[in-house]
Amino acid sequence: MADYREMWDGLGMDLEKHDMLCEALPNAFGEVYLSQKNRPEGMDYFDFVVAEIHGVRPAELVEHKKKGGKVFGTFCVYVPDEVIFAAGAIATGLCGGSQFWVPGGEKVLPANTCPLIKASVGARLDRTCPFFRLADIYVGETTCDGKKKAWEILNQDVPVYVMDIPQMKREQDIAAWGEEIKLLLNKVEQVTGNKVTPEALAENIKLINRKREALARLYNTRKSSPVPISGRDALLISQIAFYDDPERFSSKTNELCDELEKRIAEKNGVFPAEAPRIMITGTPMAIPNWKLHNIVETCGAAVVVEETCTGVRYFANPVDETGTTLDEQIQTLAERYMKVNCACFTPNQGRIDDILRLVKEYRVDGVIDCNLQFCGLYSTEGYLVQQALQKAGIPVMHLETDYSEQDSEQIRTRVQAFLEMLGD
Amino acid sequence: MLVAGIDIGSMSTKAVIFNGQRFYKAISPTGWSPRQAASQVYSQVLSRSGFNQKQIDYAVATGYGRVSIDFADRVVTEITCHARGAAFLLPGTDMVIDIGGQDSKVIRTNAQGQVLDFAMNDKCAAGTGRFLQVIAAALGVDVSDLAALSSGQAPITLNSMCTVFAESEVIGLLSQGKEKGEIIAGLHQSIARRIAGMAQRMGVLNKVTFTGGVARNEGVRAGLEEQLGVPVLVPDDCQFAGAIGAALLAWDSSEK
Repeated sequence: MADYREMWDGLGMDLEKHDMLCEALPNAFGEVYLSQKNRPEGMDYFDFVVAEIHGVRPAELVEHKKKGGKVFGTFCVYVPDEVIFAAGAIATGLCGGSQFWVPGGEKVLPANTCPLIKASVGARLDRTCPFFRLADIYVGETTCDGKKKAWEILNQDVPVYVMDIPQMKREQDIAAWGEEIKLLLNKVEQVTGNKVTPEALAENIKLINRKREALARLYNTRKSSPVPISGRDALLISQIAFYDDPERFSSKTNELCDELEKRIAEKNGVFPAEAPRIMITGTPMAIPNWKLHNIVETCGAAVVVEETCTGVRYFANPVDETGTTLDEQIQTLAERYMKVNCACFTPNQGRIDDILRLVKEYRVDGVIDCNLQFCGLYSTEGYLVQQALQKAGIPVMHLETDYSEQDSEQIRTRVQAFLEMLGD
Repeated sequence: MLVAGIDIGSMSTKAVIFNGQRFYKAISPTGWSPRQAASQVYSQVLSRSGFNQKQIDYAVATGYGRVSIDFADRVVTEITCHARGAAFLLPGTDMVIDIGGQDSKVIRTNAQGQVLDFAMNDKCAAGTGRFLQVIAAALGVDVSDLAALSSGQAPITLNSMCTVFAESEVIGLLSQGKEKGEIIAGLHQSIARRIAGMAQRMGVLNKVTFTGGVARNEGVRAGLEEQLGVPVLVPDDCQFAGAIGAALLAWDSSEK
């Protein structure tokens, strides 16, 4: 990474502690990513963004703030970025995906809290992530009990605005989510001092839709056999989508897709055509959590799709672009976001339908249902997911893991056994 | 044709040689070096069989130390090997419960010994051979005496499955003057409950084969049978199921 110490110092970061993180990341990235063979050239941009993860984009956000712009930190694919960008602010994903931040979170959270929450709280309280420092305000949501209480703890250190996510998907719940989006819009106007006009919102609905289209195009290439891009690389792109400049991200992803589509025509894959094709479903994998993808792919199988928030749930279903008034736009936003099938909803049959459909679309040989440790929602829903897959005759394996490396070999054994089972 | 299967477990290393008719076997503690244990047990079984290493057509390694040896032609997980071995040792098996030194697994299998589904314990020693060993040490008894000591005793319910907490719970029970036999009976019951839960989640079947070192403990076996309500059978070579499965897979591979 280039020298950003002055910027980090200015953001009030703990430089000494942060240096330890900066030292560890290149090794981890090199091992998981740069060791891959025949990678698409278009990955260069994403490699660069990761290499400069705490530099390039934070520097852009610093510039934005110097001009009076505001930064909103978010933790969930339910938070509508469109509204934030429409007020001239920037939304950036904040979920923590590294074990490095977990001990910091454990200082204030119970041990049986999921690693994503622990890492997110730790990254803020330990002052070791520029994004967590740059955000003027965090937008939390009520997807689980752990998060709900974590917002109250974080709120002692940084303003946290919480959106109330419905728990069911009836008409009145969609309407309630519309009301929540309206409240967010008011909050965004208040924080930025800017009015959200229907024109600005329409423009930013398009901006975020273009990002969704680029990701959908990327995922579409993964339906091919041999698959032209590894699951690790696709996951990295999804992770970067949460914090990169949306317009640049879309254009770079589309450039990569041009290359991937050429590769498909040439039958140039990163795995042999006969390699098992794996779907991963479950909890999100925040950057730099590449653990399971790395294990699966170094065992010789290709991860071809993720039914997760760092996968199809993030980009599926564009927002209807025909709304011309704020009321219409808020309605279409509410409808689109309520199509995301998170395990916090009851019932959540939509997710099971999605999984079964994606198995066909991506020609999946086996599904790994994986949740972060202590995620009660996804681990409980796993019973129904596994039941539905078994009924459909699709091999499935459940895993529960965290960000640490201590169970990597056990996980590897299970993945290998699962692949041996598929091979029989 | 001559093949070998080597199962390098966390506690003990097993090797077998198969000539199509009989299995030659050797077993020894793994100790701190899986590589050393493997080559030692391998030499042992070779000298016992009267063959030499050059005569072995194909060798399959399995177990947690499977990647640390250099004389295997192929590496296969213990899940696949145990299923194959158990189906061979007790034909008609449709579920294998294996409790080894550091993990426990439940495997659903078909008549050919192919894996249909499996589950393993999470990253902790609860319900494994290691768990029994730690508690045996706390009680001042040898792990091989656990079954005899608990035979016919009324089990005391243990609340902790965490090895560390269970150890302190056991020490607490001893200081209350509880009988060792009753505590051990409770220990067996708690392991059986945990494993039975894993098995029931997979759908309980008709014929369960119990393998791994812990299968030699009659208390755990009887507990499993009681919990599952179906016969739980232990083959004579229960500790060798993985190595025998590996040798059978080696046989298949060398035939191809």
